[in-house]
Amino acid sequence: MRHLVFIVLCLCPFLASGGPSTNSSLEWEDRKLFGNTSNSQAITVLSSTDTSVFAPIIESFLSDNPELTIEYLVAGSAEVYQRFRQSPSSYDVVISSAMDLQLKLVNDGLAYRINDIQHPDWAQWRQSLFGFTLEPASIVVNKLAFATLPEARSRQAMIELLRTNPDSFRGKIGTYDVRQSGLGYLFATQDSRASETYWRLMEIMGSLETRLYCCSGEMIEDLANGEIVIAYNVLGSYANARTDIADKIDIILPSDFPNTMMRTVLVARKSQQHRSATSFLRYLTSAGWDDSDSDKPSLPSIKDDPIDTQQSIIQLEPGLMIFLDKLKRRTFIKEWESAIIQ
Amino acid sequence: MNLSQPTVWPDYTMKFLLVEDNEELAHAISTRMQLDGHVIDHAINIADAIAYSEAGEYDLILLDIMLPDGDGRDFLSRHRDGQKDTPVIVLTARSQVSDRISMLDLGADDYVTKPFDHAELQARCRAVLRRRSGTSQTLIKLADVEFDPVAGHLSVAGSTIVLRNRELRLLELLINAPGNIFSKQKLFDRLFSYDDDVSENAIEVYIARLRKHLDKSRLNITTLRGLGYRLDEE
Amino acid sequence: MKSSEVQIAGSLRRRLAVTLIGGMTILTLLLFFVVRNYAAQIAQQSQDSILSASVTSILDAATMRDGEVQIDIPYASFSMLGTNTDDRVFYVIYQDGVALSGYEELSIPKASIDETSVLQSTTFMEVPVRQVTASRVLAGADFRTRITASIAQTQDNLSGTLARISRNAAIFGAGFFSLAVLLSILATSTTIGPLKRLADSIARRGPQDLSPVEKPVPSEMAPLVSSLNHLMHRLDKSMTQSEDFIAEAAHRVRTPIATVRSHAEMTLQRVDKEENRQALRSMIRAIDETSRAAGQLLDHAMIAFRAHQLEFEAVDLVEISREIVLRMTPIAEMKDIELQLSGESSVIVSGDSILIQNAVRNLVDNAFKYSPADSNIEIEVQSRPSPYLKVVDYGPGFLQAEIETLTDRFTRGVNAEGTIGSGLGLTIARDVAAAHNGKLVIENHHSGGACVILYL
Repeated sequence: MRHLVFIVLCLCPFLASGGPSTNSSLEWEDRKLFGNTSNSQAITVLSSTDTSVFAPIIESFLSDNPELTIEYLVAGSAEVYQRFRQSPSSYDVVISSAMDLQLKLVNDGLAYRINDIQHPDWAQWRQSLFGFTLEPASIVVNKLAFATLPEARSRQAMIELLRTNPDSFRGKIGTYDVRQSGLGYLFATQDSRASETYWRLMEIMGSLETRLYCCSGEMIEDLANGEIVIAYNVLGSYANARTDIADKIDIILPSDFPNTMMRTVLVARKSQQHRSATSFLRYLTSAGWDDSDSDKPSLPSIKDDPIDTQQSIIQLEPGLMIFLDKLKRRTFIKEWESAIIQ
Repeated sequence: MNLSQPTVWPDYTMKFLLVEDNEELAHAISTRMQLDGHVIDHAINIADAIAYSEAGEYDLILLDIMLPDGDGRDFLSRHRDGQKDTPVIVLTARSQVSDRISMLDLGADDYVTKPFDHAELQARCRAVLRRRSGTSQTLIKLADVEFDPVAGHLSVAGSTIVLRNRELRLLELLINAPGNIFSKQKLFDRLFSYDDDVSENAIEVYIARLRKHLDKSRLNITTLRGLGYRLDEE
Repeated sequence: MKSSEVQIAGSLRRRLAVTLIGGMTILTLLLFFVVRNYAAQIAQQSQDSILSASVTSILDAATMRDGEVQIDIPYASFSMLGTNTDDRVFYVIYQDGVALSGYEELSIPKASIDETSVLQSTTFMEVPVRQVTASRVLAGADFRTRITASIAQTQDNLSGTLARISRNAAIFGAGFFSLAVLLSILATSTTIGPLKRLADSIARRGPQDLSPVEKPVPSEMAPLVSSLNHLMHRLDKSMTQSEDFIAEAAHRVRTPIATVRSHAEMTLQRVDKEENRQALRSMIRAIDETSRAAGQLLDHAMIAFRAHQLEFEAVDLVEISREIVLRMTPIAEMKDIELQLSGESSVIVSGDSILIQNAVRNLVDNAFKYSPADSNIEIEVQSRPSPYLKVVDYGPGFLQAEIETLTDRFTRGVNAEGTIGSGLGLTIARDVAAAHNGKLVIENHHSGGACVILYL
C-alpha cells in the first residue's frame, strides 16, 4: 500500500522535459494571463506559488502599471528550477520557495544583477536574488480529529503523540515527497541539519505509512477533508490563504527549531524585458502589496515582523548548495527513503 | 712791486696772513691786497704758517686747504687749540658740498671757493671782521667825518648813517687816499663785478649818493672832467 | 633704480622644494603600491586558505562504502565561503579522473594528482575565479582510488577588499605626502633661512656701511660671504677713492683757474685802453663761467653719486636756509641785494642734508645771478601743506614757454644770456627733489620775477 501511494505520486512530473521546449507546449499546473492582452509589453513569470495566492499581488501591481501584461506560469519548485535552466531566455521573472535552487540559479550566472535595490543584507544574495516573504514551515492539523488529542507543539511532542496513538494516525499523516518537491527537500535538509529529532520523526512517520505529496495544495486539501489529520512541514501561509477551510485546521509553528523560508524572486539575465521585470521585482521586494488590503489573505512579507523569526530564517548562503550536490543528495535521499518508506 | 700809483698806508691798515702753496696765486692775491692798502704775509706751508702765526698778530688768516706738508684743516685745528681767535677764511678748491661742514666745524669763519672774485674775498673778509666787531678797532677820522669801514657806519655832524655796500666801498677807496684822483674806470673795476652788465657811467649814481651823505660835512667829492674824482677837505 | 634689477634664473627655494616634494611623490607612490600589493597578497592568501580548508573538508568527508564512494559534504564546506559580496562558488569532485559531482565543466589542473593543493587564478563561466584543487587517496584492503576536489570562487570580495585597501592606502599616502610636503617646506625654509637673513641684514644696512659680515653663517655659505666681504672691502676702497678723485679733480682745475683769474684782474687794474679792458673783462667772465660750470658738474656728479645711497636724517630746512643766507650775504651786499628769510622758525624734513643744502644753495645762487642790483630775494620755508622752500627774485623771470623745459639738464633760459651760471642749478635741485620723492615747481611770481618751489 505504501509503495503504491509512492508510485502514484511519483507520476507528478519531475525532470519532466527531456529537451528544449517552449512554455506553451509544456504542461503547467496553472497558467494565467493578467492585464490587457493587447499590451505590447508582456513579462513571463515562472512561479512555484499557486495562482490563487499570488493573483491579488499581480493585480495590485498591474493597476499601477496598466501598460504591462503578465503571463503567470505555475509549476512545482523543483520543476521551476529545471524548466528555467533548460530555457533561461524564455522567462523574465522566476519566483520560487526553494531557496537552494534559486541560489544555485544565481550562482550559475542566470540571474540579472540589480544594484539599485536597497534590501536587507540577509534577504538578498548578490543583488540578484531577493527574498520577499517570510513563511515558516508548520505542522497543520485537522481540528476535528484533534478534538480529543493534545496538540503537537514541537517535533518531540509530535513523536510522543504518534508513539502513543499509532492507530489514530496510521495512514493519516502527510508530508512532502522530498524527491519531488524542492521546498520539501529544502525543509527536510534544513531539519536534518538542525537536529537528529528529524530522523526519529521520519522513522516513526515511516512506520505509520505516511502519505507523500508533491505539493502543498493537495496536502492541505486532503487535510481539510479528513483524508489525513496531520501534515508536517507544510507552509502555514498556504493554509492561511485557504479561508474556506480556516475553521477546519490549526496551524502550529514547532517551538523547538522552526524553519522559516523566504520566497525569492530573480530576474532572468537573458530576459528581454529587464525594465519591466525589474519594476515587478521592485514591487515585490518593497512589499507594497502587503498592506494594501488586509481583508484578503496574502503572503506575509519580510517587512511584517522579521525580528521574531529572524533566527529561524534559512540563510541565503553558498551552504544551501551543499544538499544539491549529487552525492550529498543521493546519500540524503537514500537515508530519507530508508526512514520513511519502510 | 711796480704799482701804477703810490701806495698809501692808511691808519687802519690790516694785517693778513696768506697760507697758500701756489706761488702764482699767492702773488696775485698779495698784490691785490696791498693795492687795497693791507699788509700781507705769505706762508707756503703749514710749518711756515705756524711760525708766522706765533710770531705776529694778524687780523685775518686766509688759509688754503691742500698744502704740501699736510691738510690746512690740521693747521686750523691746531690754531684753534692754541686759543687763538684770529678769524680764518679758508680758500678751497674742493667741492662746496663735501668740505663745507667740516671746515666750519673746525672753526673756520668762512670760506671762498677757487677761483674767486677778489671783490667777493674782500666782502667776506669785511663780513667776518664785522661779525667779530669786538676785535675791530678800525675807525677812520677825516675832518669832521668818522667812518668805520668794517661796520659801514658814517658819522657826519653827530648823526650816524649806515652805508650801503657800494657806497661804502666807494667811500673806502676815496677816503683812504684823499686828494688822489680816481678814474671812473678804476672805480668801476673795484665796485662792480665782471658779470654786472652796466656801463661805467653807473659810477655817477654812487658818487651822487655819497655827495648827498657828505652834504653836511667838510668833505667834498670833486669831479675832474675827463680825469675822474677826488676827495677834498674844505 | 635699474641697478637693483636682478636677472632671475629659477629659485633655490623652489628647486629645493621641487626636489624634496618630487622625491616624496616617488616615495609615496612606491609606498602606496608596496602597501597595496602586500595587502592584496594577504587578502589573496586568506581567500586561498579558506578555499583550501573547504576543499580539505570535502575530501575528509569522502568514504568508501560498498565499493561506492560517498561524500557527505559538510554544510560548513560551503557555508564558510560566504562573503560580504556573496561570491559565487563552483566546485567539482573527481574520482580517478571521472567527474562524480559538481560542475563538470570546471577543469582541474593536471598537476593536482598529487596530494598537495594547487592554487590558481583562472576564469570560469567568463568570470575570473580563484581555484584551489587538492586530492586524496582512499585506500582499503581491495581498492585504491583517488578523490580530487576543486573549489573555485569569484573574487568580488577580494576586489572590494582591494579597493578598500587601495583607498585606505591612498588616504594614508596622501596624509604621508601632505606631511612630507609640510616637512619639505619647513626644511626648505630652514635651509633658505640663513641666506634670507644674510640678504635682510645687508639690505637693512645704511648706504655707508660697507663693513664685512661678521655673524656666523653655515659652512656652505662661507665662500659667498667671504666673496661678499671681499667685494665690500674693494667697494669701500673704490668709493673712498672716487670721492678723493672728485676732490682732487676740483682742486687741480680750480687752483690754476684761480691763478689765471687773479692775474687777469690784476692786469685789468693796469691797462687803460678800452678795447684791452673789454677783452680782459670777457676773459674773466669766461673764467667765472668755466669755474661755475665745473663746480656744478662736480656737484651734479656728487649728487648722482649720493642719490643712490641716500642717508636720511632729520634736517631743518630753516636752519639750512639760514646758513646759506648768512653765507651768501657778503656777495649779495656787493650788489646791494637783500636776502630775506621768512616762514616758520623750524621745518623738519627727513632727507639727506648735504643734498638739500646743495639744492637750496643752487636755487638761491640762481636767483642771485638773475637779480638786479638793489633788489630783494625772498626765501620762504613752510611745513604745510607739505614741507617746501620757495625762492622768489625780482629779476626778469622765466619765459612762459621755457618753464616746461627749463629743468632739463643744461637747458638755459633765454633771459640768462650774459649771466654766469647754467641751467644745471635747476637740474640739481630737481634731482634732489626726485631723490626725496618731492618735486620742483617753476613759475613766474606775480611781480614778474622767477619763483621756484622745492617740495620735499
